[in-house]
Amino acid sequence: MKTITIDGRSIPFEEGQTIMDAALAADVYIPHLCHNPEFTPHGSCKLCNVKVNGRTCSACTMLAAEGQDVINNSKELNDARRAITQMLFVEGNHICPGCEKSGNCQLQALGYHFNMLDAHFPYFYPRREVDASHPDVLLDRDRCILCELCVRASRDVDHKNVFDIAGRGINAHLIVNSATGKLADSVLEVDDKAVEVCPVGAILVKHHGYEVPIGQRLYDHHDIAEISLMTEGGGSDE
Amino acid sequence: MYESLETADNRENLKRVVIDPVSRVEGHGKVTLLMDEENHVREARLHIVEFRGFERFIRGRPYWELPVLVQRLCGICPVSHHLAAAKAVDQLVGVDELTATADKLRRLLHFGQVLQSHALHFYHLSSPDLLFGIDSDAKHRNIVGVLSGYPDTSLEGSKMNIGLQGVKLRKYGQEVIRAITGKRIHGTGAIPGGFNKALTVEERDALLVDIDQIIEWGNAGVNLTRHLFLSNHEYRNHFAAIRSNFMGLIRSDGAMELYHGRLRATDEHGAAIFDHVDYRDYQDVLREVVKPWTYMKFPYIVSLGEAKGWYRVGPLARVNQCDFIPTPLAEQARQVFAEEGGGEPVHSSLAFHWARMIELLHCAEGIKELLLDPDILGGELVVQGEKRMEGIGVIEAPRGTLFHHYQINEDDLVVKANLIVSTTSNNQAMNESIRQVAVRYLDGRTLTEGLLNHIEVAIRAYDPCLSCATHALGKMPLQVELLDAQGERVSRLAKNSDGSLSD
Repeated sequence: MKTITIDGRSIPFEEGQTIMDAALAADVYIPHLCHNPEFTPHGSCKLCNVKVNGRTCSACTMLAAEGQDVINNSKELNDARRAITQMLFVEGNHICPGCEKSGNCQLQALGYHFNMLDAHFPYFYPRREVDASHPDVLLDRDRCILCELCVRASRDVDHKNVFDIAGRGINAHLIVNSATGKLADSVLEVDDKAVEVCPVGAILVKHHGYEVPIGQRLYDHHDIAEISLMTEGGGSDE
Repeated sequence: MYESLETADNRENLKRVVIDPVSRVEGHGKVTLLMDEENHVREARLHIVEFRGFERFIRGRPYWELPVLVQRLCGICPVSHHLAAAKAVDQLVGVDELTATADKLRRLLHFGQVLQSHALHFYHLSSPDLLFGIDSDAKHRNIVGVLSGYPDTSLEGSKMNIGLQGVKLRKYGQEVIRAITGKRIHGTGAIPGGFNKALTVEERDALLVDIDQIIEWGNAGVNLTRHLFLSNHEYRNHFAAIRSNFMGLIRSDGAMELYHGRLRATDEHGAAIFDHVDYRDYQDVLREVVKPWTYMKFPYIVSLGEAKGWYRVGPLARVNQCDFIPTPLAEQARQVFAEEGGGEPVHSSLAFHWARMIELLHCAEGIKELLLDPDILGGELVVQGEKRMEGIGVIEAPRGTLFHHYQINEDDLVVKANLIVSTTSNNQAMNESIRQVAVRYLDGRTLTEGLLNHIEVAIRAYDPCLSCATHALGKMPLQVELLDAQGERVSRLAKNSDGSLSD
C-alpha cells in the first residue's frame, strides 16, 4: 500500500485521496474549519496548512502522493494557525458570551484548541447585515467566516444555489440568491443541508437556542480534535 | 424632605465638593456637594450612569437571545436579568403559564441568586462599616478585617467567624446557580416558554447536604443585623433616616414574592397607593423623568406626581410591604421587624441590611422547600404558544423591582427595549439619603476619610449596582475636592484603589 508520513508516522493512502482524507482515515487530526469531508474541498481557511517536503500546502486540497513527508503538528504551524483563528475573530463580530452557538461552534473550539488567549489583532467591528426575513432561518453575517460550506451544501446537496460569496478581499460577504437578496424570497427551507452545515453561528434555526445545557454541548468536555476524529475519522461510522 | 438640597439658589457663590468617581459601572458615578462659606451643605447630588447602552445594542437582535445577552448587564445579579428577560420572552412566544418543573427551576435559581447577592452585599461589602463603625480605622474596615476577626467577628454561641460565614453563604448560592445553569456566572437555563434542563438527583442531593447549615447561618445573619441596628441609637433613628413610599411585587395572597406577582405600592404610612396591578400595565402607574444633571432617570408613581411620587424598592420595601413571608423562620423574623415600625413601615435606610438578611433567610428556606419538591427533577420543560409582538417581564431582583420591556417586529428582531433596573428606582431615595447624611454629618466640617465614608455607607445601604463593581474589599476609590467660592482648591483627599489615602 502507498504511504505518506505525517509527523514521522507512516500513513496509508489510496489514489485520489487528499492528505486530509488520508490523515482522517488514519485518525490523525489536522485542524480544519472550511473543510467538511462531506463536501468538495475548498482550501480557503488555511487552518489545515501543513509542510509537505518543506513547502506549505493546504492538506484538504493537496493530493496525497508517494514520498510526501508531511509536518502537521509543529509549533510554527500551530502558531500560524492560531494567528489565522485570531484574524477570523477580529474580522467579524464574534461575541461568544451571547451567541447561541457557543459550546457547539467550530471557530470557538479551534480558539480553545490553539490556546488562543486574546484576539491579538485590533477588532474590525465591521457593520454586517442580519437577515431575519425568513420565518424559520436567521442569517447573522456578523459571524460568517466565509467558509462557503453553505454555498457548497446548497449547490451540491440541496440543489438550490441559495448562497454565494460576493465582493473581494475584506469586502467579501455572503449573499442570498433571490430577487430582493433576502432569505425570505429564496427557496431555502429549514431542513436544508445548507442550514445544518454552518460551523459557526451565522445560519441558525429561528426561535431556538441555548436548549442544550452547558456541560452537554459538543465541545464542553472534548477538544475539537477528539470530536473531529470521532465524527470524521477512520473509526467513525459516518 | 431634602428636596431643597437638590438645586441650591445662588449656585455660583458656593464651594463645590466632588466625590468622583463614587465607582465605575458602565460609566461613572459621582457625588457633588455645594457648600457655602461656613461649610454648610446647600446642595447634594448623586450622579450615576446606568446600563442604558444595552437598550440600544440589543435592538436588531433576535428575541430568543435576550435572556442570555442581557444577563451580561451584571456579574453580581445576572440571573435577575436572565429571568426578567425570560419572563418577557415567554410572552413573546405566547406562553402565560410555564410547566411546574420550569417554574420551580426558575424560582430555585432565583432564590440562589438572591441568597448569594445578599450575602455578598452584607458580609463582604457592608458588614465592616456596621461591625467596626463608619469612621473606624479604614485599615480594618473591609472584608479582610472581618475575616481576620478584627476586633471580634465571631457570633455568640459560635466560633465561626462572621466573614467566613458570609463567604460560605455566598458560595452556596453560587452552587445553586451552577447546578441549574451550568456556570456560577452567566450560564444558560431559561429559554422561551420554559427551561433547558431539570436537576439530576445527584445535583439535588449535593445541595441538600449543606442547606440546614445555610438556614442556620441565615438565621444568625438576621440576629446579627437586627442587633447591630437596634443597639445603635444613631443608626436606628438618624443615619440616612428618610421617609418614603415603597413599591414591589406581591403574591395574590399578599405574601412576599420574588419571582412572579403583581405590583403593590404603599405610602410612608403603609397605606396602599395601588395594589395587585398587573405589571404589564406598569406604564399606567409608573413614569420616568429625566433631570439635566444626571444620566439616570427618576421613576415616579403617576398618581402622586413627579415631586412626591418617588419610592424605594428592594429588601426594605419588600419586607415592609408584604403581609407575610411564606416560610416560617423568615416570617418570625419579619414580625419582629414589623414591630420596629409600630404599625408603619420601617424607614431608616440602615434597616435595609436587616431586611436583606430576613430575605436571605427566606431564600435559604425556599431553596430547601424546592429541593425537596420532586418537580425539579423532571417533567415537561417547555410550553409553546402563539407569537406576540410585545413582552414585559418583571422580577424582584436582589436590589428591587426590575422591569424588562421588549417589542419585536415581524422578523422576530427586537425593535424597542426599556429596562428599569432596581437602582434606578432607588435613585431619588439615595439622593435624599446622601443629602440627609451630608446635612447631619458633613455640614460645617472639614473633610476626612471617615466623613466621606458616611456618604458611601448611605449609598451602600441600598446595595446599588455601583457598589458591586468596584467596592471589592471595601476600597471604593474616591476623590474629594473642596473648592472655595472662587473655584480654588482648598482641600483634597483621595482614597486610592488599594485603600491608602493621599492628599
